[in-house]
Amino acid sequence: MSGAVPLLATSGLTKIFGRLTALRGQSISLNAGEIVGVIGPNGSGKSTFFNLVTGFLRPNAGEVRLNGTPIQTLAPARIARLGIARTFQGTRLFAGLSVLENVRAAAQLRHPSSMLDAVLGTPRLRAVERAVNASAEELLGLVDLRRHAHRRAGDLPYGDQRRLELVRALATGPSLLMLDEPAAGMDASETRRLLELISEIRHRYKLGVIVVEHDMDLIMNLCDRIQVLAAGETVFEGSPAAVQAHPRVREVYLGHE
Amino acid sequence: MSGAVRLLAALIGLAVLAAAAIYAPAVLDDYMVRVLIVMCINAVLVSSLALGNGFTGVFSIGHVGFVAVGAYVSGILALPLEAKASLLPDLPSWLASWYIGFLPSTIAGGLVCVALAFAVGAPLMRLSGHFVSVATLGFLVIVNVVLINADDFTRGARTFTGIPMQTTLPWALGWLVVTLVVLARIVYAPTGRAYRAVREDTIAAQAIGLDVLPTRLSAFVLGAFFAGVGGSLYGHYLGSFSPKSFYLQYTFLLVSMLVIGGMGSLTGSIVGVIAVTLLSELLRNLERGMDIGPITVPPLYGAAQIVLGIIFIFFMIFRPSGALGDRELRLGWLLGRRNSSERT
Ligand SMILES: Nc1ncnc2c1ncn2[C@@H]1O[C@H](COP(=O)(O)OP(=O)(O)OP(=O)(O)O)[C@@H](O)[C@H]1O
Ligand SMILES: [Mg+2]
Repeated sequence: MSGAVPLLATSGLTKIFGRLTALRGQSISLNAGEIVGVIGPNGSGKSTFFNLVTGFLRPNAGEVRLNGTPIQTLAPARIARLGIARTFQGTRLFAGLSVLENVRAAAQLRHPSSMLDAVLGTPRLRAVERAVNASAEELLGLVDLRRHAHRRAGDLPYGDQRRLELVRALATGPSLLMLDEPAAGMDASETRRLLELISEIRHRYKLGVIVVEHDMDLIMNLCDRIQVLAAGETVFEGSPAAVQAHPRVREVYLGHE
Repeated sequence: MSGAVRLLAALIGLAVLAAAAIYAPAVLDDYMVRVLIVMCINAVLVSSLALGNGFTGVFSIGHVGFVAVGAYVSGILALPLEAKASLLPDLPSWLASWYIGFLPSTIAGGLVCVALAFAVGAPLMRLSGHFVSVATLGFLVIVNVVLINADDFTRGARTFTGIPMQTTLPWALGWLVVTLVVLARIVYAPTGRAYRAVREDTIAAQAIGLDVLPTRLSAFVLGAFFAGVGGSLYGHYLGSFSPKSFYLQYTFLLVSMLVIGGMGSLTGSIVGVIAVTLLSELLRNLERGMDIGPITVPPLYGAAQIVLGIIFIFFMIFRPSGALGDRELRLGWLLGRRNSSERT
């Protein structure tokens, strides 16, 4: 680990909305295969951090480096193509499209084809469609959604929508997966399945994963490390055990649970 | 195997269409042939409008602006040289001495629209919702004003005339087949999937690596190409037209065909064209007044427009996604395929 370039490294990351500093001087770093949790009370800057890393917001100061390359000035789609995939707090599916089409739309990122291929119906187009299909089917299998493949995504139960959004992100073939409150709205057994799913994904695809979550069970059981934010400031960073033992963390966050 | 069967089915279908188009004038009366030609042209225009409005969700009402450009560009290019000298005496010399035929001038009309769509679309496709619609309406107005004021090229508000009336049924049907094949192949391929993803949620689309602007722009530009082609077909069908032939009334007609048929569906466009055309032809005869046995119906001028308007409003209220919505009518049995709802 030492000396090697981390998968993701932020430094001095700061975002100001008018008079509010949503994130101040945040730094985090993680390697492939690691799962890092980010926790903190409502409004502490967790989603802001996600938006800064994925290009949906521009930082007022600081840097985001992916494999050592600064990316904080790039557009979201470009960052996605470079290998950061994310889900959104409260899900953002292509609600009117089928479950399968949601995943295919993401899977085709790694299988480019041109409009001309489509018009001429070239062998390349057919190969692309086969590959996109295979990868979409495989990912739907991972979350047991294959039998709902042709349903409208917006009609799925909430838990299924969250899992679909997760595999859609995965379908882009990322090296870093960022999940914003993936367990929100899930019951205890669904949350347990989610925990297993994320662990399996990490091992199978050797990804770095960053999870924002209010469910402490999930966070403590899943993460290698946890960063605690409060009002945009990093309060503490350490192992789950250290976080649970830290008095300041208990005070700012766990006390609320 | 199934590929060969499909190809055979397609070839037979085309042969039947071609034969029908070529021999139709012998069987049908002139009026019917003219209605069929206009339906084919309108189907080219409505399906290409569906590409942007339905599949990428950028509701343009400036399509007829491109139709006008296609009609005028191809008209100027295809005007016989003597006609050019007498009708457009102030044409710059390079244009005055240049003549190309129907097919090349049609393609040229489409290509000029492509260039124009890039220029117009680059800023407009950043907008969304109602803003795009209003801005594209602005584009239509600008095209109209420019046509009226570019006297040297267009004869201004006066009738532009003398274009060889070469849009026969085989030509119109041929272009419709080309349009539908190209659009269907794009819409039901990765590109079309990107269109629909961007339509559903621009933020989520960016998160899976799709750039919103280029995606929308490609649909807008492609739609503009076929609008230009359709404009040329229309110009070569009418033989003479003026800027007001390509303005709000035509816009309303195309938009109602699109909305009534179903915006997210190519076959829906066709259904919309057929339904609205039949209806307007029926109403037009009604408008003139007639005798039903002993009863005399007086002429009701404007009734067709009013009825179409009312039907349009009904659709907006009760079935805003149109007759077919996002679905395609499929001839799956013909092509030996099961009806798959893959795309929805
Ligand atoms: N686009 C924005 N414009 C203005 N203020 C914003 C914007 N986005 C976030 N904020 C503010 O920044 C602060 C941090 O918001 P953020 O969404 O990052 O919190 P969070 O930690 O994700 O909270 P939650 O747990 O509720 O999701 C909040 O006070 C929020 O109101
Ligand atoms: Mg949040």
